[in-house]
Amino acid sequence: MSSLIEGYPEYMRESIEAVARSRDRRLKETFPLIDLKEREKALNQFHPDYKTEGKRRVRLGPNKGDLAPTEVADLLEAHSLIDPREIDLSTIDLDVDILIIGGGGAGMVAALWANYTGAEPASILIVQKLRLGDANSVMSQGGIQAADRPNDNPAIHYLDTIGGGHFTNDPELVRALVMEAPSILRWHEELGVVYDREQDGSMTTLECGGTSRKRLHSCRDYTGLEIVRNLRDEVENRNIPVIEFTAAIELLMDEYGQVAGAVLYNMETQEYHIARSKSTILATGGFGRLHIQGYQTTNHYGATADGIAIAYRAGARLRDIDSVQYHPTGAAYPEQIVGLLVTEKVRSLGAQPVNKNGDLFVNPFEPRDVESAMIIRECYERKNSIETTTGMRGIWLDSPMIEAIQGEGTIRTALSAMWRLYNRFGIDMTKEPLLVFPTLHYQNGGIVINQRGETRVPGLFAAGEVTGGVHGRNRLMGNSVLDYNIFGRKAGIAAKEYAEKVKLGKLTLNHVAKYEELLTEAGIETLRRSPMLLPDYRGEKTVSHALTVL
Amino acid sequence: MTEKKGVTLKIYVMGKGYEVPSDLTIMKAMEYVGYRPVRGAGCRGGFCGACATIYRLKDDYRLHMALACQKTVEDGMYLTQIPFTPVRKTVYDLDELDSSGTLLLEYYPEIARCVSCNTCTKACPQDLDVMDYVQAAIRGDIEQVTALSFDCIRCGLCAVRCPAEIAPYQVALLARRLYGKYVLGKEKQLDKRLRELEEEKLGEDVVQLIEMDVGELRASYERREIEE
Ligand SMILES: Cc1cc2nc3c(=O)[nH]c(=O)nc-3n(C[C@H](O)[C@H](O)[C@H](O)COP(=O)(O)OP(=O)(O)OC[C@H]3O[C@@H](n4cnc5c(N)ncnc54)[C@H](O)[C@@H]3O)c2cc1C
Ligand code: FES
Repeated sequence: MSSLIEGYPEYMRESIEAVARSRDRRLKETFPLIDLKEREKALNQFHPDYKTEGKRRVRLGPNKGDLAPTEVADLLEAHSLIDPREIDLSTIDLDVDILIIGGGGAGMVAALWANYTGAEPASILIVQKLRLGDANSVMSQGGIQAADRPNDNPAIHYLDTIGGGHFTNDPELVRALVMEAPSILRWHEELGVVYDREQDGSMTTLECGGTSRKRLHSCRDYTGLEIVRNLRDEVENRNIPVIEFTAAIELLMDEYGQVAGAVLYNMETQEYHIARSKSTILATGGFGRLHIQGYQTTNHYGATADGIAIAYRAGARLRDIDSVQYHPTGAAYPEQIVGLLVTEKVRSLGAQPVNKNGDLFVNPFEPRDVESAMIIRECYERKNSIETTTGMRGIWLDSPMIEAIQGEGTIRTALSAMWRLYNRFGIDMTKEPLLVFPTLHYQNGGIVINQRGETRVPGLFAAGEVTGGVHGRNRLMGNSVLDYNIFGRKAGIAAKEYAEKVKLGKLTLNHVAKYEELLTEAGIETLRRSPMLLPDYRGEKTVSHALTVL
Repeated sequence: MTEKKGVTLKIYVMGKGYEVPSDLTIMKAMEYVGYRPVRGAGCRGGFCGACATIYRLKDDYRLHMALACQKTVEDGMYLTQIPFTPVRKTVYDLDELDSSGTLLLEYYPEIARCVSCNTCTKACPQDLDVMDYVQAAIRGDIEQVTALSFDCIRCGLCAVRCPAEIAPYQVALLARRLYGKYVLGKEKQLDKRLRELEEEKLGEDVVQLIEMDVGELRASYERREIEE
């Protein structure tokens, strides 16, 4: 067994060979799932969320007294990017019925369903910080859950989801999620989404962490890409207006306390626009780019919790905002891709997580938080991990098993994105295992919504990762692609109906001024401003010498 | 990003030279030297195509294409990003089309101008056989176009390079949608499940679970059978 190990430093050879040696034995072994009590123990001891450090109680607003990650609390306890006195509300630059903030999956689904149910394209507007579709949605690899197979049903999906969420999910939201899931697959078929099929034409389904049935539908490992391409093409075919590289930086309200659009910021010309709208849908996605507790992330560039910050100022309530999903398997090596996702589908297809000695220590299909906790334990308590050249610890995900179980060539077809990612950096995952460590993946909590996608603030709707409740304190794989489809649709329809009835009064930014007062009352002295819009990865030297002159 | 010690090399961003650590991607290297992109970065993981980049290397006449988030810097790299590619998109109502592959030529007649030079394939940072799928598109073979173009992230580089001014990925998008909708079509078991839902056969069990107290719910969760 002295074949050349490509892509990894020589000192890892011994461990990689140990993994290869135990492979045949492990092909016949499964590490048992642990029971609920043991789960709680693992989480309490090792999951980053269960530590008291890294969080603090929010000192103002609707969730005053609740815990939030320090990075989120910082955004809530911050000044607005604008001074309301400097904003001219007398000229309306854009006047629409339905303003959609965020052009990822949830935003595009909402726009399409508002249009399907009768809203004229020109009465809708999507504003998007990056290009349309450049979002977490385009990155989802594994797939989407829907209980449509004969041995499955919505009740089992319900049980899996609510148990995975530690029984903290909003039951009515979960009901909508599981009952309407098959109808989303049908809609996707009609849009032309190419789901994986068996020889006989039936849908291919896979198991994933925390599910008791094979319920995951995928499009190779480019599920998000395939769905988003179709959504974007449909938005374009239907001529729904989109403004790219433009961020919402504050919501607008009217004199009756209704949300009435947003202050937009053109990120290229650096000017603001006033967008008045009868209803407003927040679809701004999650917060991975806040790098909570210093974690690397799988998320796209714009995942900076903007929606949370601006909705909170307008009075929206949050839930479970302190609950963060760390995906068990982020790349730990090579340095160029640290933190990027190694999709759960790698485990679905047979790869086991093993320690540096090539031994099993966790079942591959624990719910994500439990799986992560067990991996952290293996690295930091039991110290059975490999350390990289930059000091990061990781365990092996034994990808060559996939070829042994599913047949040669499976990785190139079913995991082409993963194969390509590693191959670009000289690692052939059909032959060598992957070094992984948990990575910041998903915002479990968020803005409270009801089954119609309404927040508690009149005129403000929300859908997708920006919301909380659907997944409780831990989301299962495949449930958030489903979430943005189900609740994007609901929010789009509800916002359209609402816009038909509402009468808007005079526009104001009083809520922003009032929030300033709350900051003072709470004794918060800070220079911080929010929303963040984009993270800043410039080198220290540049930042320390930065000047704004032009 | 904290300043790094170790091996550095020199890259030229739009002609300006900078020393950067050797283990960075182009995207991270540009940030390291002080860029904070608004355009040119999206997913940062090889899925969106926002970071299309072209570069030359020292003493090499060839033009190379890459995704800035997926390519490690090399010494003497002389690069620029192409954050936007102007292309034409035909507007269609998918419901009124069918599975006939001739639609591709009808909506994108320029594909007939393909001279089989293979430049598109060489340009593709996903290593797709772009020219082969353009040829399949000319033949109207939407299944083949789907198979060969499936991993396309629409970075635009093939369209920039094509001497016949084709935007291959727009054609492929239409082909895949036709294939999904009209060839794969509606799956039978899904039909059945949708009928069951319509006849309200499945909601009862969910309601029962909603009404359970947490103790019972936990017990049912622990008791559930796991499919092998
Ligand atoms: C790598 C990866 C893999 C995943 N795999 C899966 C999977 O297999 N299955 C699954 O179910 N889920 C998966 N997920 C999760 C899932 O993809 C996301 O939770 C979901 O797509 C979120 O959709 P969204 O529309 O709410 O947010 P997004 O898709 O992130 O869209 C939000 C958009 O709003 C924009 N925006 C943000 N702020 C503003 C502002 N102020 N103004 C204007 N625009 C703004 C953002 O830039 C972004 O484009 C994955 C996530 C990642 C990151
Ligand atoms: S930023 Fe999305 S592919 Fe590079």
